[in-house]
Amino acid sequence: MATLKLSNVKKSYGAVDVIKGVDLEIEHGEFVVFVGPSGCGKSTLLRMISGLEDITSGTLEIGGEVVNDKPPKERGIAMVFQSYAIFPHMTVRENVQFGLTIAGASKQEKEEKVAEAARVLQMEHLLDRRPSQLSGGQRQRVAIGRAIVRKPKVFLFDEPLSNLDAALRMDMRMEIGRLHDTLDATMIYVTHDQVEAMTLADKIVVLKDGLVMQVGTPMELFHEPANLFVAGFLGAPSMNFLDVDVTERDGTFAKVANAALDPITVAHKGRIDGPGKGVLGIRPQHVSAVEPGSGMLHGKVNMTERLGTETVANMTLQDGSTFIATFDEDKIFQQGESIDLVFSPEQAHLFAPGEMKSAAH
Amino acid sequence: MSSKLTRSNKAGWLFAMPGFSLLFLFIIVPFFFAFYLSLTNQRLVSPNEAQFVGLENYRNLLSVAVVTLEPETDDAGQIVRDEDGEIEYPRVRTITRSDEFPQYRGMGEWFRWHWGDTAKVVIASDVLFMKALVNTLTFALFIVPLQGGGALLLALLINQKLRGINVFRTVYFMPVVISIVVISLLWRFIYSGNDGLLNNILEVLTLGAFTPIDWLGRTDTALGSIIAMSAWQGMGFHMVIWLAGLQAISPTLYEAAAIEGASKWQTFRYVTWPGLRNTAVLVLIVITMQSFAVFAQVDVMTNGGPLDSTQTLVFQTVERGYGKQDISGGATISVILFLMVLTISAVQGFLTRERK
Repeated sequence: MATLKLSNVKKSYGAVDVIKGVDLEIEHGEFVVFVGPSGCGKSTLLRMISGLEDITSGTLEIGGEVVNDKPPKERGIAMVFQSYAIFPHMTVRENVQFGLTIAGASKQEKEEKVAEAARVLQMEHLLDRRPSQLSGGQRQRVAIGRAIVRKPKVFLFDEPLSNLDAALRMDMRMEIGRLHDTLDATMIYVTHDQVEAMTLADKIVVLKDGLVMQVGTPMELFHEPANLFVAGFLGAPSMNFLDVDVTERDGTFAKVANAALDPITVAHKGRIDGPGKGVLGIRPQHVSAVEPGSGMLHGKVNMTERLGTETVANMTLQDGSTFIATFDEDKIFQQGESIDLVFSPEQAHLFAPGEMKSAAH
Repeated sequence: MSSKLTRSNKAGWLFAMPGFSLLFLFIIVPFFFAFYLSLTNQRLVSPNEAQFVGLENYRNLLSVAVVTLEPETDDAGQIVRDEDGEIEYPRVRTITRSDEFPQYRGMGEWFRWHWGDTAKVVIASDVLFMKALVNTLTFALFIVPLQGGGALLLALLINQKLRGINVFRTVYFMPVVISIVVISLLWRFIYSGNDGLLNNILEVLTLGAFTPIDWLGRTDTALGSIIAMSAWQGMGFHMVIWLAGLQAISPTLYEAAAIEGASKWQTFRYVTWPGLRNTAVLVLIVITMQSFAVFAQVDVMTNGGPLDSTQTLVFQTVERGYGKQDISGGATISVILFLMVLTISAVQGFLTRERK
């Protein structure tokens, strides 16, 4: 069984700490996505799991066995690189069977396994071509073929779709999802694209500056972000953050308001200690527009973008802050038109100001 | 559409003129001049008008024949043997100076082998040229793998991220920037028979069991000694070319190979070497061409000796053209050398071409 366990894993280059202590458990068969802004250490973490990078401290277990000091080939992993990393002088067939050639597999075994991989990836007709004759999507397919042919316990994907154009990216995304269902293998996938993360993952790990910000299912992260960073990182357009004054607080709820927001009561989830400052997060999709005077959030429309399926309104609230609202229907606002917004307080998230603490600790 | 350069760009041509005329004067003219000279009997300095002699120079250099010598027999028809029991043969000059064989006139023995009781003797009109040819080919045959392989090994060694690796890069490259003449002089001391460095080292390593050798003074070691030194001297240059090739290989390919579990040798076999293909062709052809031009080492270290065992084609070209003032003879050798190198490079290029 290919479970993975990372315990307080750290990585430093000299005095620079890149990974600052990651604890993570991954079950067999899970599709885990590492997501975060560039430089957050997600690729480094993946490369540490693969064995291409040393682990400075902490332990990494694969299938219950500590593999810190084992070379990549003894970890039972396969990896797909952003740049494909297929060998330019070999045919597709030779590329796909490379791992088997290295292991000294028989000709018959190679043929069978390559045929199977080619069938799964629908690239039988490409086997005798050279990489230079392939498109980007086909090359990535070859790289995936090379990974699956050895039947590894864990698949590692390092931004595999970043070099593809948008349409192809969607196709390959679905294909990777399908592959996960077919292969029943553990997959770890690094991306900076939140759509890939949301659509593919069983479990998302949000990283920032070498720390885990939150781990959870895509919907948990979307609906219950543990901190400002996760709240702002997932969802498009990003969540709006209002600086609010917390006037009252009891065990569960807090009363918040500011110049643009009439007092409302929201759950604080233990994230603020008492009256004072707070940040209220509201997703653009969770508001509706109403006549001025009948809503709780007051502002003016600066600009609207009508996309057909939805309308995005860029607003300035009465406290001077900017607010993005999206409405399902096609709405027309005049520039400078005053409108009020309503939202359900259960869908608003209250955070302490500047709170970025990792949820995993 | 014609390019801008060829479309009435007078200023451009004007600027290019000095360069073009120098190239023309010192490379293109001498090149064709050599062809012309090889067809005449021009002397370097002579009051006589040169005459057109056709291919006679080539005939004088390249004529080779095999003659068969029957053993000497006594009156009873028995084969005559000397005190050691070796069969006695008539002297080769009985053929090459005989009026019976005008076609062999002036030729000399190059080498011979025995076929039953008879001796087959290869005679050549210019034995010295033949020796130089064989030596040059031997030189090239050894230099290409030694220098190319050694340079690759060095390149692999210095293509690492280690502290102080630049010191090694500099040290390995140093012989290239030093003049070959200086290096040849230094190596004469190293190879010296009395108290040379090499002899001293070998004596120490074998605890005195090694008998010192005059490396450059013996027919069986002189050429080998020059080959070893030349391979060492040129290695740094080709190391840099290999290094450039190595660094053009994407590091992710090595990572992919590591993930797939390739050993060091497998990584070299499947990633490094195929990635160096084009570099290898370049190195192969460049070393071949350079090795056919070997001259300075021979000139400084042995002067072609001992007993012509280190004669080479370029050395003979210079020797004849200037030493003997036979400029047409020298030109003929250089034309032959040019055709040889051209053919070999073409064959190498063909054999190492990209196969689709």
